[in-house]
Amino acid sequence: MTKTGYRKERIDRGIKVRTDDIFAIGSFKEISYVAMPRFLVILLLIIFPLLSSVTGIYWQNVMLITCTIALLAISWDMLASVGLLSLGQAMFFGAGAYVTGYLNHNLGLSPLLSIPLATVLGALLCTLLLFPIMRLRGIYFGLITFAIPLLMTRIIEATKILGGTEGLSGLTPLPGLTLELYIIIAVTLICVFGFRRMFDTDYGLVLKAIRNNDRAVIAGGIDIQWYKTQAVFVAALPATFAGAFLTHHYQIVGMPAFALEYSILPLTAVIIGGARSFSGAMLGAFILVPISELLRAFSTLRIVVYCLVLLVFAIGLPEGIFNFVQRKYHQIERLVPMGEVKK
Amino acid sequence: MSQQPIFAISDLTKNFGGIVAVDQVSFTLEKGEALGVIGPNGSGKSTLINLITGFIKPSSGQILYQGKNITGWPPHKIVTMGIARSFQMAKPFYDIPVYKNLIIPLFSNRARKLKGGGYGDRSEVAIHLLEDVGFERDSQVPYKEAGSLPHGYLKRLELARCLSLEPDVIILDELFSGMSMSEIASILPLLDRIKEEGTTLIMVEHRLRELFKVADKAIVLNFGKKIAEGTPAEVVENEEVKTAYLGSEVVVSA
Repeated sequence: MTKTGYRKERIDRGIKVRTDDIFAIGSFKEISYVAMPRFLVILLLIIFPLLSSVTGIYWQNVMLITCTIALLAISWDMLASVGLLSLGQAMFFGAGAYVTGYLNHNLGLSPLLSIPLATVLGALLCTLLLFPIMRLRGIYFGLITFAIPLLMTRIIEATKILGGTEGLSGLTPLPGLTLELYIIIAVTLICVFGFRRMFDTDYGLVLKAIRNNDRAVIAGGIDIQWYKTQAVFVAALPATFAGAFLTHHYQIVGMPAFALEYSILPLTAVIIGGARSFSGAMLGAFILVPISELLRAFSTLRIVVYCLVLLVFAIGLPEGIFNFVQRKYHQIERLVPMGEVKK
Repeated sequence: MSQQPIFAISDLTKNFGGIVAVDQVSFTLEKGEALGVIGPNGSGKSTLINLITGFIKPSSGQILYQGKNITGWPPHKIVTMGIARSFQMAKPFYDIPVYKNLIIPLFSNRARKLKGGGYGDRSEVAIHLLEDVGFERDSQVPYKEAGSLPHGYLKRLELARCLSLEPDVIILDELFSGMSMSEIASILPLLDRIKEEGTTLIMVEHRLRELFKVADKAIVLNFGKKIAEGTPAEVVENEEVKTAYLGSEVVVSA
């Protein structure tokens, strides 16, 4: 049986081709084509904290959690970019949380110092902890990262260090929700745009190549172990910051800082939003967290609905929402005949 | 002999469990020479290359490179010393444009020290390297994703990656396999030029006729052992080589 087949052809929009070259941007239309999506996102995020009378405090708090998960998801995406599959983002979150807790509770440092210090020291600790297993790939690396947060809770429980099961409480509060929101929104945006820019440089290209084909990178005379170490440190920063920041928001740090949801939610956010772009990770968090809050009304059925949403995205749109939307924005699709094909 | 050999390899051995993949292989190589490594399938040629380049650690034996003992060094350090290699199965970065594939080795410490230059320069250097190995000038090919290239181009990309490191030694693992006769014919003058510039070549190859146009000398491996060494003409006349590898009736003109 013969049949004329059609195949889908994707072509870049004219405006995309014109704006690819920075020197070609001459009109308002072209500038807005490039800048508008970014501008809109930034604008919405700036306006949101001002609308607390409309949204209510509850949704302002949801925004804070959303940004936290977004930071963890961005961190996950960064690790995945060098081929490291993390199933234990809670490790970074908990490290940031406990370091800031210790610095504030035991040494009396103000949050102005303890949060930045905890971000850097927490990331350093995690990098040292992961250093021996960085040569592992895929699921083997994932399994160990999955185990580390579980291990940490047991260690804290058994040895009663860092407050044991009760945690460290009475930490210095942050100066107010609106300011808190602006800080974490700013950090999230800086991470997304900063990482995206980083992956446009030659340095980012090397990181991308390590995921692609690590032996060829070695044959290019590059010490991949050193590059992976740097990538893990940089990837840990947003996550340890999220941990440290939320700790001061709650004014308490305890074993829930290593909770499973800090590992699973970021991963899910990336599945929904799409990997390898950082924007996808952020978008995923901004969809996932509000949805899971809305689903609280379903009480126990929540998990079922939640799983369904995940299934639909994993099967129906494996590239993720961001990559899908970006493709539609930049390209048009049309059917072209392939000529006679045997079926 | 005032100058020391660029390679002095002695009793190099590799066991995989009970199997001896490379068995006490020794040879020396002078700077600027081109060595062909030949032998039947599974005779340990690729393992020998992996041992020299550090991708596999030897069980015993010693590799002296310009008088320096590099046995057991990590592979990226050996590359930094000036030993570049290609892979038998081409290893491009599939979803990265072809010319950007070369920016990765150009970003290495060795290339940056030797070439200098910033962001824009590296793309420029990459395009020129691709032209050197026979990518058509002004075509779309260098800007395509590497995964979409046919096999012959990927092999040339491998060679370009070696050249981007400005190496003292280039080790080519079956460069010609998968290339058409005309592609090989276009690569041969380039290999000659690389040799004239004083770069030492080690080539693992099954295509003997083409190999012997470049190689000054050859070693023959069989079951991991070195069974012959000498000029190509000597090697193909060796009785043991004929029976082990070439088949007693085949005559190869060197």
